Amino acid sequence: MSGHGANYRYVSRKRRTKEDRRFIAGKGRFAADIAVPGMKHVALVASPHPRANILSIDATRALESPGVHAVLTGDELAAETAPLFNGLDIPEVKWFPLAVGMSRYAGEWVAAVVADSRYLAEDAAELVEVDYEPLPAAVEIESLLEPDSPLVHPGHGSNVLVRKTFEWGPVEADFAKSERTLTYRARWGRSSTVPIETFGVVSRWDPIREILDVWASIQMPNYQEQIANSLGIPTNSIRVHNDVDVGGSYGVKRGIKHTVITAYLARKLGMPVRLIEDRLDNMSGGDAHGPDRLFDVTLAFDGDGTIRSMKLRAIDDVGAYPGRGPLQLGKPITALVGPYRLSSVAYEAISVTSNKTGQVPVRGFGQSPTNFMIETGIDLVARRLGIDRIELRRRNLIRSDEFPWRIPTGTEYDSGDYHAVLAKALALADYDALVARRDAARAAGRLAGIGIAACLEPGGGNNIFEQLLNEKLEITTFVESCLMRVDMHGHVTAVMSTTTSGQGHETLIATIAGEELERDPDTIRVTHADSLEALPTRSPVASRMAIVLGGATSEAARKIRAKMVRIAAHNLGVGEDRVEYQAGTFFVRGEPARKLEWNEIASIAHRQFHRLPPGAEPCLQEFSVLQVPGASGQLPNEKKEIQLYPCFSFQAHIPYVEIDPGTGKVEVLDYAIGHDCGTVINPDIVRGMIVGGLAHGVGAALYEKFAYDGDGQFLSGSFVDYLLPSSHEIPIVRDVEHCTPSPRTSLGQKGSGEGGYLGAPAAVASAVNDALAPLGISLSELPMRLCDIEAAIHEKRTERNG
Amino acid sequence: MTARDISLTVNGEIRRANVMPRMTLVDLLRDVLGLTGTHIGCEHGVCGACSILLDGVPVRSCLIFAVQADGHEVTTVEGLADGDGEIGDLQDAFWECHAMQCGYCTPGMLIAGHALLAENPAPDTGEIREAISGNLCRCTGYTQIVEAIALCAARRREGEG
Amino acid sequence: MKAAEFDYIRADSVAAACAALAAAGPGEERKIIAGGQTLVPLMAMRLARPALLVDIDGIPGLDGIEARDSYVAIGAMTRQRAAELSPAVRDAVPLLARALRFVGHVQTRNRGTVGGSLVHGDPSAEIPLAAVALDAELEAEATGGKRTYAAASFFEGPMVTAIAPDECLVEARFPVWNGGRIGAGFQEVASRRGDFAIVAAAAQVALDGGGTCTRIAAALGGVAPGPVRIAALEDALAGTRLEDGAIDAALASVGGAIEPDDDLHATAAYRGRVAEVLLGRAIREARDEARA
Ligand code: FES
Ligand code: FES
Repeated sequence: MSGHGANYRYVSRKRRTKEDRRFIAGKGRFAADIAVPGMKHVALVASPHPRANILSIDATRALESPGVHAVLTGDELAAETAPLFNGLDIPEVKWFPLAVGMSRYAGEWVAAVVADSRYLAEDAAELVEVDYEPLPAAVEIESLLEPDSPLVHPGHGSNVLVRKTFEWGPVEADFAKSERTLTYRARWGRSSTVPIETFGVVSRWDPIREILDVWASIQMPNYQEQIANSLGIPTNSIRVHNDVDVGGSYGVKRGIKHTVITAYLARKLGMPVRLIEDRLDNMSGGDAHGPDRLFDVTLAFDGDGTIRSMKLRAIDDVGAYPGRGPLQLGKPITALVGPYRLSSVAYEAISVTSNKTGQVPVRGFGQSPTNFMIETGIDLVARRLGIDRIELRRRNLIRSDEFPWRIPTGTEYDSGDYHAVLAKALALADYDALVARRDAARAAGRLAGIGIAACLEPGGGNNIFEQLLNEKLEITTFVESCLMRVDMHGHVTAVMSTTTSGQGHETLIATIAGEELERDPDTIRVTHADSLEALPTRSPVASRMAIVLGGATSEAARKIRAKMVRIAAHNLGVGEDRVEYQAGTFFVRGEPARKLEWNEIASIAHRQFHRLPPGAEPCLQEFSVLQVPGASGQLPNEKKEIQLYPCFSFQAHIPYVEIDPGTGKVEVLDYAIGHDCGTVINPDIVRGMIVGGLAHGVGAALYEKFAYDGDGQFLSGSFVDYLLPSSHEIPIVRDVEHCTPSPRTSLGQKGSGEGGYLGAPAAVASAVNDALAPLGISLSELPMRLCDIEAAIHEKRTERNG
Repeated sequence: MTARDISLTVNGEIRRANVMPRMTLVDLLRDVLGLTGTHIGCEHGVCGACSILLDGVPVRSCLIFAVQADGHEVTTVEGLADGDGEIGDLQDAFWECHAMQCGYCTPGMLIAGHALLAENPAPDTGEIREAISGNLCRCTGYTQIVEAIALCAARRREGEG
Repeated sequence: MKAAEFDYIRADSVAAACAALAAAGPGEERKIIAGGQTLVPLMAMRLARPALLVDIDGIPGLDGIEARDSYVAIGAMTRQRAAELSPAVRDAVPLLARALRFVGHVQTRNRGTVGGSLVHGDPSAEIPLAAVALDAELEAEATGGKRTYAAASFFEGPMVTAIAPDECLVEARFPVWNGGRIGAGFQEVASRRGDFAIVAAAAQVALDGGGTCTRIAAALGGVAPGPVRIAALEDALAGTRLEDGAIDAALASVGGAIEPDDDLHATAAYRGRVAEVLLGRAIREARDEARA
């Protein structure tokens, strides 16, 4: 650990987490663990066709099946609910939880069956007879731009959902000035985060109290608002239980359609209804796929490697139902030029719809494909110019004395020392030895490569980028809140307002509150308020909780502390400025014997109004609702420039791979990573998220793909076909930390939940390409599957021999 | 199709149930016996979230029908510690190393690690990776899990030495 | 993902199991369940929906490994993990021992059985590949009596084997090679280790004192509807000293013996090329072990 601005008592120290205790005991409380008395179970009827008109649905036999309570069709549900939220302004693209009239991808849910058990519901689902008229499907990404492509949403008139062009900075002038240009294509395959827990939800309607209770494995902003909009009931009739443990999300746990199905059924049937996706439901019909992107890029640079400008077109295939998916073309605008000193950039963002499963936000919200695109270009420029890849990066990275650094799109990066982190990563990797190892492997006839990737992790959120793609979305807040109280016995309880899916928020809050209040974090209770009791929240997305929830925690704790100082001053008969606080004791500066203990003040605050300063509110309870720190809170200017995310973490990734030339199989044998996320709150949590994200990125680089055949048939519906990396595929990762605190946050913290994933795909691709470089092969499509690598090697060898 | 009575030993206690033949062992444990520590991730034998010990060896409880376990002995994550509120040494090492994030794969990982250490008190990194390779974790990237199992093994050896 | 309804009986003898199978009504599928590691996922996805499962787990004597004169007999109910750890298998059927390490993960090997893997006949499964390579004999029992299948003709297509619906596999007999120095090689490629192989290659060789190959078995999985022996290659290499050049030349015959297909994980062309690569490696591995 190095570079910490402050010597903290609890922050940045190795401490056990608060959450792990229940998980090791098998006492987590996940959505599927919640058994509400009398609850019924949903199974789904899925369309086998990529695109088909639904001519009729006959549920007669299903309804006669044992234990069945209802069969819900899209027509009924659409008549009774409003369409689900779309991020873009596309009124003719209507998204309902169950297909209406037309099924738009293989696996789309067409009907929902409710029965006494999931077993019986599945039996009945087989008996629902759906008459389809299959139609040709819109599948291949570039063909979706063509006017004669089959229309996914005929009413919309095109498969292009949005097409926006932006130019920031003097693009043409920079191109004119530059000595060279290089044009390339990069393809990011359709993958996702695929948590081990599928999405699950239980809904219960209480007609007397008029409350809809929802227990769900959710990670989503404005969940209750979206449920309310769809069902047409007031938001304050919905109680989302945020204390449900979420078994991983990384962005995708957005089961709004599942929730609407169960909520509607619960109200209609007067019974609690639960829908737990099975793995097949999840992979094909759960609408949880990630970005599927084609980048066409031209870089302008000089012979010395100085990169001046970039022209970029990104096409993103969001599948049949866009939801928030397309907005993932917007967030990367906040770091569109990565950690490099480009002075201009042109961006054409195109979102297309296809007959594939819908896209949801995935870890990094579009930043990982963007980083892959940038790093691919940097490697190509290095190769073109014959400059070492690391040296080229060093020449283009923003320097530590240049912060805050404003990039062309209007975002100012807060702080960083990219060169130092890169140097630390190289030292950790023992770079010279690694090169020697690679070269020895090559000399022995193996293919070996070292990857290099530098990557930024924007943190803190701020959904004003949405407005760049949809002028109607004028949302300039992205708040998070913390409520804190000290009870009359002096015990501290902090209340958060959203769910946790592995990020360790309870530890985060307890650690920061403990630091601010100088109380042992182990004694601080953290609870998750349900949505009726909660303070405003936008949920734990966007690498934002350390920043915004952490900031709100600091803020609330500081208010508590200030109030306790006031009470102490009043009772000690001195001015507030003379009271000092240290580890539970309030005393008069220079006279330590004149003091009041923490518990005494708590007791005074709660019970002794006569000892409170005049005008003071009794008791000790404070809260903070924090806007994104550093955000202007304004709309973009006329040049479309705007500060988006506030904080920028940085990583340097250095994997080492070897490839079996006979089979194309890649083994990631070593991985070193340097990372800087400002002040680390809990080192184990940060390390875990970085390594875990990195593993996820290795998956995206080498193994994971939601594959479709040319007709739009879905091929990756199970864990046999969609390949998550296991412990064999992920080496033991070594990491090194660096700390440049953010000037924008309460303790200098930045985000850390995404960085591993934001750099690993680029880094692994770089390593594979380094390994293939002696053969003159360069690949730029992810995932780089073994059969593709072997085919490229085979082709080169045939060429040479031919 | 008739339901049948079965009886099995779960975490040292004899438990009886009346089940349809098609009910999986994991559904029995979770839905009938209320032992929700064992999780479901795929129901087709790939992810390992449902790992339990059957007659002492680690297996996937989604690939076993409850009727097949009639008369056998099952240990779940809830049975890895001595009593309620206690935690075993492997569990403690997982906590110490923060060998989890969301905790969803954790019970399965603990079972895999427990079985490994019972067979091999001094596994090397490669052996640990092999032993947990049938258990998918999406959160951690495995490094801290491997460290936790190694830590537990080292502590046990110290304890004996 | 829940299985369709079925009935279940636990058989206490092979005869009882066979009787239960034989009592199937017209059009009714009855199936044996042993370890269930292949069958249960198929049932969960409702790709298999037997009306009755006959559990053979408790049948005395159906598991066990016994070295007899010319073969090692492995009871159908023997867990893959037990076979993997068995000294008899390791010493007398080295190819099978090697193949078993590639089967799934330890948790599925703890439950999965040798017989189950054989009867399911997945085209890329390791145990069937070893059985074909070594000319194993598979003994099945039905109410009418016993029948012995040659592995070579047992695997009829992807997930299709010759076993009759009323038969219960009881034992697999893997021949023991006597004479000379024996070596085995097993190679496979899968996207992730532990997955079903995309291509798997098996070889076992015997060398005489002078290093000449007196006997060789070579087979491939994942490149045809079932495991395939590469007889022409075996013929070409028998009698040679298994020098690299001879192996490389003999591999030319692989292409004619296989009929690979495209699937999600690899193309047919990939499989064809990789089959040669892996079989070459497996033979070298076997040779080097025999020479050592
Ligand atoms: S739930 Fe059993 S292996 Fe995934
Ligand atoms: S801790 Fe979340 S899947 Fe392993």
